[in-house]
Amino acid sequence: MTGTSHEVASRTAATLDRTAAEGRAALVGYLPVGFPDVDASIEAARAMVDAGVDVVELGVPYSDPVMDGPLIQRAVEHALAGGVRVRDTLRAVEAVAATGAPVLVMTYWNPVVRYGVEAFARDIAAAGGAGLITPDLIPDEAGEWLEASDRHGLDRVFLVAPSSTTERLSLTARAARGFVYAASTMGVTGTRASVGADAERLVADTRRGGAERVCVGLGVSTAEQAAEVGRYADGVIVGSAFVRPLVEASTAAEGRDGLAEVVRDLAEGVRTARG
Amino acid sequence: MTGREQAAQHLAEPEPVEPGPVTSEAGFGPYFGDFGGRFVPEALIEALDELDTEYSKAKADPAFADELLRLHRTYTGRPSIITEVPRFAEHCGGVRVILKREDLNHTGSHKINNVLGQALLTKRLGKKRVIAETGAGQHGVATATAAALFDLDCTIYMGEEDTRRQALNVARMRLLGATVVPVTTGSRTLKDAINEALRDWVTNVGTTNYVFGTVAGPHPFPAMVRDLQRIIGVEARQQVLDLTGRLPDVVAACVGGGSNAIGIFHAFLDDASVRLVGLEAGGDGVDTGRHAATLTGGAPGVLHGARSYLLQDEDGQTIESHSISAGLDYPGVGPEHSWLATTGRAEYRPITDAQAMEAFRLLCRTEGIIPAIESSHALAGAMQLGREAAAEGRTDEVLLVNLSGRGDKDVETAASWFSLLDEEGSR
Ligand SMILES: Cc1ncc(COP(=O)(O)O)c(C=O)c1O
Repeated sequence: MTGTSHEVASRTAATLDRTAAEGRAALVGYLPVGFPDVDASIEAARAMVDAGVDVVELGVPYSDPVMDGPLIQRAVEHALAGGVRVRDTLRAVEAVAATGAPVLVMTYWNPVVRYGVEAFARDIAAAGGAGLITPDLIPDEAGEWLEASDRHGLDRVFLVAPSSTTERLSLTARAARGFVYAASTMGVTGTRASVGADAERLVADTRRGGAERVCVGLGVSTAEQAAEVGRYADGVIVGSAFVRPLVEASTAAEGRDGLAEVVRDLAEGVRTARG
Repeated sequence: MTGREQAAQHLAEPEPVEPGPVTSEAGFGPYFGDFGGRFVPEALIEALDELDTEYSKAKADPAFADELLRLHRTYTGRPSIITEVPRFAEHCGGVRVILKREDLNHTGSHKINNVLGQALLTKRLGKKRVIAETGAGQHGVATATAAALFDLDCTIYMGEEDTRRQALNVARMRLLGATVVPVTTGSRTLKDAINEALRDWVTNVGTTNYVFGTVAGPHPFPAMVRDLQRIIGVEARQQVLDLTGRLPDVVAACVGGGSNAIGIFHAFLDDASVRLVGLEAGGDGVDTGRHAATLTGGAPGVLHGARSYLLQDEDGQTIESHSISAGLDYPGVGPEHSWLATTGRAEYRPITDAQAMEAFRLLCRTEGIIPAIESSHALAGAMQLGREAAAEGRTDEVLLVNLSGRGDKDVETAASWFSLLDEEGSR
């Protein structure tokens, strides 16, 4: 039953294994494509890799992002108002994948349905993308994507939450490839004063459910939090804290510099975690 | 079947869902043909499973049905009456027109039917807080009412644009003790209110029940809200039989998310002779792009947790809808309607703002009933359908129209549409 997950070599898993061999968690960084514009978002993502992000998550801007808090909502609304298209994501994937870091595309499901699940998988693979993270697609509804991702050798990152039952944890672990995304708390994206205590338990339960690699996201914004999560997770996923400097900057260059600074800080955090 | 069982089955052998026969027995969800399902964050699955399980238990428990019926008798004012409207029918080609008077329910629309059922479920779940989205404010008012009655903490999300259009309903909700949160993201209407309610739910799901207002959303909402609204058609079918000695030829209802329409259609699904017609909000006209006619002008996709028709661009971005009626101003539609439309069991057509307002005016003037602007779309549909029947010589047709709500909340919009305040003020 776990067969399919092992037939396709996961580029993301390979990176997580490499960072594990270095004795640390990976730093996974999210940015939305098209904020403040497509080229600037590509430059920002490349700067993120230069500053120490191991895996890149590029977000497809979507009109109804129910898993996102106010900060990312605002960035995405701006990107959409600027005319960003789904096909710009493919260009961004190609440009960022050239850095050598695995690039996952974070997308709500309707843009993929509209593009065509098979066509999207084909084009993401052709652009050098590693796979998809799907916040509003559960494995139960993912039949077409499970097949297309096998066909095109793509990772499929599904989410688990503190509310997930044991059965659902193992269901999700079985369906996922690359890693399982553990939502640290019940809620949407955004920075938080502390990472939920639920997160560590959830990672352990997800591993018990059969997941080989589990990364933790939602609310991680400081080096201390990254260090804390990095002690028990395979990867630390950071979104809002990386988007914030771009939102607050008055020029793209200033935003990139601010972003690099935050990335370096959190990259230091994951490196001190298991010290 | 629980989500878990579905998942196990799905992962074992992904199987396409067969459309299956369209009968009242077929639509239990989670799928209606190719439509429906659960396209939501994993964080909500446990709550949806819990709701599904509790609802199944409640359905099998005679005490639940008894309690709901008692509330409907003593609080809602059910059964709602039917009213034949001969003077209005003169504008409908002279066929017989009968209104199902959901406007006479407590709180002024059909929304209370659903809300009382879900409030009872909230009690059974042991939750103390409810949240809801609202467009016109009718569902929000109904939810705030039930929250007051059942002593529940209540937060209502409403697009900022709608809080302006339906200011009276905002005040009503606050009078009833609810917190009203104006939503300022996206198009600032119903769609964005649902997004914000979903974000609240993801965060507070342990203590909070989401009282969803229509037959859209993830399973079990479409089937559950349908079951709770089904009483409209069950009553009306018998009432029309008693009055006319036969079934209606056409049943017409407006369609926003689709709850009042499914509510009146469902009891007639097995009556092959009865035409079911849903009237969507055509706004400025479907060809202008400024409308909310999802089944007429949309395409299948995923929005707010279900696969169904929606208004979307080439990239799958939701297109903002437009309608004079806040309650119909929604770019999605319930999955069961998508199924009824694709199978042909029901038909859907758009009604423009202007056509709806003309029907609104006529019902006021000919029958002394001020309808909700939402329901006026159904009345305008009746005018078209009646005239079409008459043109084909079928003047003995019986049209049943769901008058889903009353127009008190719309007086300001109507007064401005008809320039009444200027005219009267200057006299
Ligand atoms: C009176 C009335 N009719 C119809 C609707 C549309 O909802 P639905 O399509 O779910 O019946 C509303 C929604 O607010 C309403 O207030």
